[in-house]
Amino acid sequence: MRDFVAPVLLVLLAVVLWRVAPFDTPENLGHVARYYLDHGIQDNRAANIVTAVIVNYRGLDTLGEVAVLFLSVSGAVFVLRRREGIVLEPARPASEIVTTAARLLFGPIVLFGAYIFSHGHLTPGGGFQGGAIVASGVMLLLLTERDRPMPHAAMTWVETWSGFLYVVAGLVGLALAGSFLANQGVLPLGAWNTLFSSGLIPVIYVLVGFKVGAELAALLDTMVHAGEVPDAEVEEGA
Amino acid sequence: MILVDLLVCVAMLLAAVFAVFQRSLLSAVVLVGFVSLTASYLFLRMDAPDVAMVEAAIGAGLSTLIFLIAIRRTEEEER
Repeated sequence: MRDFVAPVLLVLLAVVLWRVAPFDTPENLGHVARYYLDHGIQDNRAANIVTAVIVNYRGLDTLGEVAVLFLSVSGAVFVLRRREGIVLEPARPASEIVTTAARLLFGPIVLFGAYIFSHGHLTPGGGFQGGAIVASGVMLLLLTERDRPMPHAAMTWVETWSGFLYVVAGLVGLALAGSFLANQGVLPLGAWNTLFSSGLIPVIYVLVGFKVGAELAALLDTMVHAGEVPDAEVEEGA
Repeated sequence: MILVDLLVCVAMLLAAVFAVFQRSLLSAVVLVGFVSLTASYLFLRMDAPDVAMVEAAIGAGLSTLIFLIAIRRTEEEER
């Protein structure tokens, strides 16, 4: 059965790709896309129109996405944090070179992630991408030094407050411009090469970056240590 | 340039099919990561750098690692 399905799938996918290959940008945009392009900068004050759509026109969707990520991470952590006292055979420790390189790279990676999410309104990328990059820096540390203690309290604090402040930013829009997550006030009109521009958008994207980074880092940490009894409790019991 | 794109597509397809039929889960995960990486290249070629960044950071980076952690905690061979 499997031997039969694979070639058929391969041929079908090849046909699809062959049809997609002469892909080109459409000459005539739909009404919605045309409206975004014509009115984007005046309405939303973001120079990067993709970000304007994600954070402003579809701002409520983004809030929903953040909530979905929060729910799924807390579900995973809830299931994986059961302390069953699993003791893994100790992994081969990472070599000196790998450990040192990971320590050296951690700072620049986090800095790059912060750059990505704070420049979301000017360059490609934004809160989700930047947060994922920050979490991948944490992942590097976890890979090399498995038992390095993580600042759990700080991570929870960052996650809680950034989620809360996202909603507060939405309410600021409600107060200043008359609708939830509206984009007037706070910072001036969107302009290229200007970090402090685009209304509430950079504020919201920085908050999303913090929240996603903290959530994914907590998820990775929980995955790595799933089922183990924390060291502190082992010492207390002994 | 379109030739390079087609080559990437073929490599992506092959990696995806091999990932399905791989007995070793470790190699399968690495192949799936490769599929994400090529998908990210294709997004970039279609002028969607935002999507390409998500695909590279989450698809090729984090989800591969999460699979690897799960494999280390369970079994390395498919039954």
